[in-house]
This record gives sequence, structure tokens and C-alpha cells, in this order.
Amino acid sequence: MHEAAPINPWVALAYLVAGICFILALRGLSSPTTSRRGNRLGMIGMGIAIVTTLVTHVPMETVGLVLEGPSGMVAAIGPVFARIDIVAIFEILAAIALGAVIGLTIARRIAMTAMPQLVAAFHSLVGLAAVLVGCAAYLNPGAFGIAVDGIIFPVSRIEMGLGVAIGAITFSGSVIAFAKLNGNMSGKPILLPGRHILNLGTLAAILGLVAYFTQDQAPWIFWTITVLSFVIGFLLIIPIGGADMPVVVSMLNSYSGWAAAAMGFTLGNSAMIITGALVGSSGAILSYIMCSAMNRSFLSVIAGGFGADDSGGASGGGEKIDRPWKRGSAEDAAFLMSQAEQVIIVPGYGMAVAQAQHVLREMADKLKAEGVTVKYAIHPVAGRMPGHMNVLLAEANVPYDEVFELEDINSEFSQTDVAFVIGANDVTNPAAKTDKTSPIYGMPILDVASAKTVLFCKRSMGGVGYAGVDNEVFYQDNTMMLLADAKKMVEDIVKSLD
Amino acid sequence: MDFISILSVFVLACFVGYYVVWSVTPALHTPLMAVTNAISSVIIVGALIASAAAGEATAKWLGLLAVVLASVNIFGGFAVTERMLAMYKKKERPAAAKK
Repeated sequence: MHEAAPINPWVALAYLVAGICFILALRGLSSPTTSRRGNRLGMIGMGIAIVTTLVTHVPMETVGLVLEGPSGMVAAIGPVFARIDIVAIFEILAAIALGAVIGLTIARRIAMTAMPQLVAAFHSLVGLAAVLVGCAAYLNPGAFGIAVDGIIFPVSRIEMGLGVAIGAITFSGSVIAFAKLNGNMSGKPILLPGRHILNLGTLAAILGLVAYFTQDQAPWIFWTITVLSFVIGFLLIIPIGGADMPVVVSMLNSYSGWAAAAMGFTLGNSAMIITGALVGSSGAILSYIMCSAMNRSFLSVIAGGFGADDSGGASGGGEKIDRPWKRGSAEDAAFLMSQAEQVIIVPGYGMAVAQAQHVLREMADKLKAEGVTVKYAIHPVAGRMPGHMNVLLAEANVPYDEVFELEDINSEFSQTDVAFVIGANDVTNPAAKTDKTSPIYGMPILDVASAKTVLFCKRSMGGVGYAGVDNEVFYQDNTMMLLADAKKMVEDIVKSLD
Repeated sequence: MDFISILSVFVLACFVGYYVVWSVTPALHTPLMAVTNAISSVIIVGALIASAAAGEATAKWLGLLAVVLASVNIFGGFAVTERMLAMYKKKERPAAAKK
């Protein structure tokens, strides 16, 4: 920072404009009508940042009679001057083009149901890029203006160490999250013995090494920090179960921001710092929203292991077989809904798995044609990432003004004729309100039980929700269980509505 | 910039982020994650500096690799956000889609 060439005020200004574009990009997401303009502003901001960097860091090569000394030192004889290095520019543009082709292809091909995996995969790339930049800065600190005669400034060492550590955690954590979401790895928590001590010890070691790094910039310290951070990212995510993934994905989102911010500190670059702070707070807020929607503390989610205890679920499974419940057919469901004044549809992860969103919208269209009011109720943690259900419904062309958040629609269930629950379970369980011993006690739920009739579309009676607790709603007098694959069931209902 | 000015920018930006993100409608939380992911790839700035620098060959190649990764994210992230946002539609008042 100190010995770098005086910063051109126009350059600093350009990065600031880029940062403002990013702020406005997020601001645009406050409503679907302004969101696309926001996204464009984000692209413009990124364009400004990239062009500014390329213009101010044109690769140069020295030309002249150059002799390389035996120790790798460059000894020049004769006039030496610098000229633009065309090859290096070409390499950089080729790298950008390669990334663009890969990125655009993925973005075009990806199915909307695979969005959680995609976001996790993208996070891992940011993390890895941060690690690579940190390594490059460590190997060639002069290029980043953070060193005098190869001695890196202590404050830059902290920033660099933290940046690499956060980047590496983001990378390995996101890889595990991706594998769990994509089904390459079981969604079940993997619990290592003594994992809390192991994790805390590793974290302490990383922080200790970062502190020591300010005293001694030896390579072993830097590389140990990097490797330990990869390991801790892996250890932190493996004990967390599938349905806690919304929190994990948000948290990794946050980390990728902090990694960018740390690198921004190293480079003294305002665009990176502003972006890092935005992304970091965004992810943190989303994690907070997800945690409070489950009434669990962030620490308990991160500690992991939720839903790993099979005993509770199994014993619950044993007693519930004896309890009476009603089974309905597609025809019954079609009849009930077509006679209703208002139907509220409650989608959950099961709808995403069955890819039932399109046929669900078809059903809603048929009902609307018969004069039924159809609304959708979304629980904040439905699905595998924040807003997952909203995207799927939007993909199926459900107008967003028919889709409501929990607090906006919960009071309406008591005046609703039919609540149609499809692929959701825990988020409707009244035990969250009544049973203090339940693991989901205190979690805000969608009040489907108070609707006149509850149609509960579920694959079988055997399976329990993620929390492993039985759902009282199944056995209510006004509940009719529709046991089938969600998509198949809704297709049959659509046929019966004709 | 000295450390204190950088820190000021950072702290103020955190506050901006806090208020801006709370104003995001929950229905757009997935696009929010996709777009924050795209913009956090502004780390490409560091990657470009590394790959443009002469001298250390390893650092340059690490930088170029980081440029590729960050570009995947930038182009992929913005494109997928655009694709998602295009799907959010309001109810068509003159019921045309229904038969």
C-alpha cells in the first residue's frame, strides 16, 4: 500500500462506482419489478471493475539485452525499456472467455430444481479463486504493492492469511454442501467422535498461525494455514444434515463475501471491500432468517447432528401405525377442492423432488376456472435454500402475487376450505406449538390444521419429516391423506377435475 | 489508502448491506444468493493483477486459473439470476392464459 505508485483518483473513483452499482443491484431485489434492472446494474459494475483493473494493470515486458544470472537474478545489459506484453493480454482475455463459455453454458442448461447445488458449486469457485489470489499475492507480493524488498507488510499478512483461510473454508465447505445437495453424498449427518474439540482445535491453530505469520512470513506457515483451512471447511459441513442446508448455503454465501472483503483489504480496493461487506451481510442475514424460521440458534445448526438421532423417529414410527387416519383418492381431492371457495397450497421439498410444480400450477388453473381462489403459502425453510419454493413456482408460471409468506397468510387458514400440503411436513406440525419436548418446539409453522379440510400429499405414512417427529395433522378428523408420488397424485387430480 | 480509511469503507458498507438486504423480498432470496455470488467474484480484480504481473511465473498461472474460476462465476451467476428473474411474473388481469 505504502510504496505503491500514488493511486490515480479516477481509478479509485471507478472502483467506487462499481461498488455503488453492486449496492443498487441488491437494492433492485426489493421487488420483482425492479429486480432485472438491478441485475443489469450488477453486470455494469462488474464490467467497470474488470476494465479498470485491466487498464491500470496492463501487462508489461522488459525488452533489451537481458541476461539471466545463475541464481535466477536478471542482469540486464544495454538499454532496457518496457512495452505492452501482447501475449499476456491474450492469455488473460482467453481465461475470461473460457470462464464465460463455461459459466453461460451452465447457467443456460441448469434445471431450476438444481439451483441449490448450483449456488453451492458457485460458492466453491469464489472460495477457490480467493485462495489462488492469496497464494499469488504471497508468491509475488510486489505486484500487489504489499511488500518492500520482498518483506510483506504485517497488516497485509493478516489480511492475506485470513483471506486465504476464509476462501479455503468456503471452498471445501461448499464442495461438501454441493455433494450433499446433489446426492453424491448422503444428506445424513456424519458425526466424528470428538468433532467439537477437533474443530475448535483446528480453528484455534489457524488463528494462531495467522497471528504468528505477522512475525515470520515463512512459507510453511502460509501453506499450513491454507491446508488446515481446507480441512476445517470439510469438517464443519459433514455433520450438518440435508434439511439444514438452507442455513449452510447462506453461511457459505456469507463466507465467500468475507473472503472477497479480506482480499479487498489486501489490495486496498474499495469495490472489493464494498462487495465483500454486502455479500457477507447478505449471507449472514439469510442464515439468521433461516435459523429463526426453525427456532434454532445458529450455533446449534453449525454444531450439526440434527436429525441424526434415529431412535426418536423410530419409536414414533412404531406407535403411529395404530392410530386411525383417513386415506383419500385423487377424485375425492378434486371434488373437495372444486367445491371450495379458497384453497391454499403449501409446497415443500417433496414438491421439488417430484418436480410437481408445473402440474401443480395446471391444477390451480383448473380450480381458478371453476371460481376457486388459489393461494400459495411458503414457509421460509421450505426446500433446500432460501426462496427455493418461490423460484420453482415462478418457473411454473405461478404469478408471484399469489404466493405468500408465512406471516402474511397464516391467519387465513382458519377461513380456508382446503389446505393442500404437498411435500411439506415439519413446517405444518402443530407439535411445534404444543409439545415442549418436540425437537421442533417453538418453530413457527403454517397453521394448516385450522383449515376446514387438510389434504396431505405424501409418499407414504411410514416416513417422518426431517426432524423425525410424527405429525399430529395426519390423524385429525378433517385430514385426508393422499398417499402417492406428489407429481402422480396431482396429475390424477387434474384428470379428475376435467 | 491507509488501513483506517479502508476499514471505514468496510464498516459503512456492512451497514449499507444490512439495510439493503433486509429490504429484499423473501420471494427473491434465491436470486439474491445467485447475484451476491456473482458479485463476490469481483475477486477477479485480484486475479487479474496477479496474472498481469511480470516476474513470478507460478503466481501468474495461479492468477490466470483464478481468472477462469471467477469468470465462470460472473457470467454463470449473472446469467442464471437473469433467467430466474425473468420467470417472476405478475398475475395477468385479463385472464388470457386460462381456458
